[in-house]
Amino acid sequence: MPEVTSGDGDGGPNEGEDGPDDGVRVDMISGARMEGLTSMEKIRLILDGVREGNIVILEEGLTPDEESKLIEVTMTEISPDEFNGIEIETYPKSSSSNPGLFDRLMGKEDTQKLTVIGPANQIETLHKDENLISTLVSRK
Amino acid sequence: MGLLTSLKDSITRVTDGLFASEEPKRIGIYGPPNAGKTTLANRIARDWTGDAVGPESHIPHETRRARRKEGVTIERDGKEVTIDIVDTPGVATKVDYEEFLEHDMEKEDAVRRSREATEGVAEAMHWLREDVDGVIYVLDSTDDPFTQVNTMLIGIIESQELPVLILANKIDKEESDIQRIANAFPQHETIPLSALEGQNMDEVYEKIAEYFS
Repeated sequence: MPEVTSGDGDGGPNEGEDGPDDGVRVDMISGARMEGLTSMEKIRLILDGVREGNIVILEEGLTPDEESKLIEVTMTEISPDEFNGIEIETYPKSSSSNPGLFDRLMGKEDTQKLTVIGPANQIETLHKDENLISTLVSRK
Repeated sequence: MGLLTSLKDSITRVTDGLFASEEPKRIGIYGPPNAGKTTLANRIARDWTGDAVGPESHIPHETRRARRKEGVTIERDGKEVTIDIVDTPGVATKVDYEEFLEHDMEKEDAVRRSREATEGVAEAMHWLREDVDGVIYVLDSTDDPFTQVNTMLIGIIESQELPVLILANKIDKEESDIQRIANAFPQHETIPLSALEGQNMDEVYEKIAEYFS
């Protein structure tokens, strides 16, 4: 999946100009881009983008442990009248896709799931099912 | 030879003793805000110890610190389990102090409550990763269970390989829909109850003894 950002320079999603004031920036981050990052680097990348009012789309999502840490770090950053937290959406996982114990032991747990994350006050989920996430995004 | 036998017996006694005196299991009560977690924790604690765990309220995020009730022994059908109940704050990905203003709260109190709530959620997540041996996941059966928080938390619990009991609470309400919860998490058993009215608590205790003993 190509990475689409409006930033300049080396293409880092949180670098460069934020784009026109009347738009909402969307950073689509490929699995390859996230692959070499530590859990905290991933969380920082997401939260820095979201706190600037951007919508972050992850091609491959986060592991359950990273999701847990994302919630924890988000909570520590919430500040009245400034940042209310995040809205996060992934396709609901069907029960048949649960990996077996062997796959988990072999590190083959399938965590690949398109994930949309945005500021809680700017993104509203209209519909979600196993095949479609429909969200309404508003400006800051 | 006698010395060896006696040494072997001593080691057996020590190891037997170690495994016999198991520590109580820490069972975290998790779920979204206002699912009835504290009402359930109080119901269990009162039924088996006579004490309560904490105050209940219809205002979200009433529980803003994880509270522990230690050494609750539950017996059902010959099975016995001693647990420490950990009542945790409702998990959310956002906390807006303006929500509390709708409950006739002054701004200062609302801001303080939201700050405490965020600290509580962070603490609950930490407990889940580090400090619980099993989870009772409480859902309000009148609400849609297909939320991102529920999906993520069940995923986190499963990834930790913790035993989890899913409870569909508030079955005393007309809008209650137990099947919707069962459909949302078909990989787990769903037990209906009303923690407030004490409905179906026998089955809840049976399952606690079965899942966590």
